Amino acid sequence: MYIIVVGAGKVGYYLAKELLEAPEGHEVLIIELDAVKVERVTQELGDIALRGDGCEAATMDKAGFGRADMVIAVTGDDEDNLVVCQVAKAKFSVPRTVARINNPKNEMIFKQLGIDTTVSATAAILAQIEQELPTHGLIELLGLRGGGLAIVEIKVPQRASVVGRRIGELLLPQQSLITLIVDSDGTPRVPTNDTVIRPEDQVIAVTRRENEDALRAALTNSASPPSTPT
Amino acid sequence: MKVVIMGCGRVGATLATWLDNDGHDVTIIDVRPDAFKRLPPEFKGRRHAGNAIDQDVLARVGIKQADAFVAVTQGDNRNVMATQMAKHLFGVRRTLCRIYDPIREEIYRDLGLETISPTLVGAQLLKDLLDKQPVAADEKAET
Repeated sequence: MYIIVVGAGKVGYYLAKELLEAPEGHEVLIIELDAVKVERVTQELGDIALRGDGCEAATMDKAGFGRADMVIAVTGDDEDNLVVCQVAKAKFSVPRTVARINNPKNEMIFKQLGIDTTVSATAAILAQIEQELPTHGLIELLGLRGGGLAIVEIKVPQRASVVGRRIGELLLPQQSLITLIVDSDGTPRVPTNDTVIRPEDQVIAVTRRENEDALRAALTNSASPPSTPT
Repeated sequence: MKVVIMGCGRVGATLATWLDNDGHDVTIIDVRPDAFKRLPPEFKGRRHAGNAIDQDVLARVGIKQADAFVAVTQGDNRNVMATQMAKHLFGVRRTLCRIYDPIREEIYRDLGLETISPTLVGAQLLKDLLDKQPVAADEKAET
């Protein structure tokens, strides 16, 4: 794959390095405005750096955005990463764009504006914190492209009403699918309709974003199962 | 009309002052509180120190109730991002975005933003002036 990385800060530098070392043998180009950073990349990683403003169409042209399989914008500024990805899509029809975001709240608007993937260190750290919190019922692991679907993780509490029941009997929200169960001792199980839910199971499921609350309720409520969600 | 302006530079401050004089409800945002010194003391609008590409800041200045949003910071990308947030996230009906880079301006105009490139406008004005009263080559030689 031809992968263009915009921004040779710490994230961009190590990303390019890892991509170059990957067994797939990617072609990597890194765009950076700062001459010192360009020099560092050239010294350490070889002749893969282009000095220029990655937001300018002339630089993009020179970098060969037209034949790029993927553009990854990892500068420190959300607005620059947005514009790189939008112009890559609109002017050069790059099939896949990835933007680093600092403000996790920008995820939605970036998606809405056509950026394929957003990556937020802030959100990743928050997710780690949430995973440590025993009371938090549902963690979103990954948003899926299109369709408003997400992969989520739910821990089944000791006294949940679903404990001891078969998956086939569970009343789950529409378009929710239990895809994997990890036992309390860490053993993964591929669930079937006959799989019985045990306390402390980690349930990995695919669901619609708007049904996350209903799914969490279905798997964690200790009272009778909730009514069918709309 | 309720207008939110992002960027209190020369253009932002001048526009804010004019709109304020015309009796509009103006809010001006800038990351540097120093920038508000450009506004005349009699300016009646709101000054808000903050970063307008942060959606919480936009929400705090009441962007949802705004009739128009104008982005005139020095950064093309900041203007582009804030304008798209005002338009797509908060549903502001009229959004204007300044983009210095003519190529980026064309791209975002095609994507449906109402944009203006002072680079093209300025160059065109200067060229028109020269075209209207050209200095002939022989005239130049005589002086």
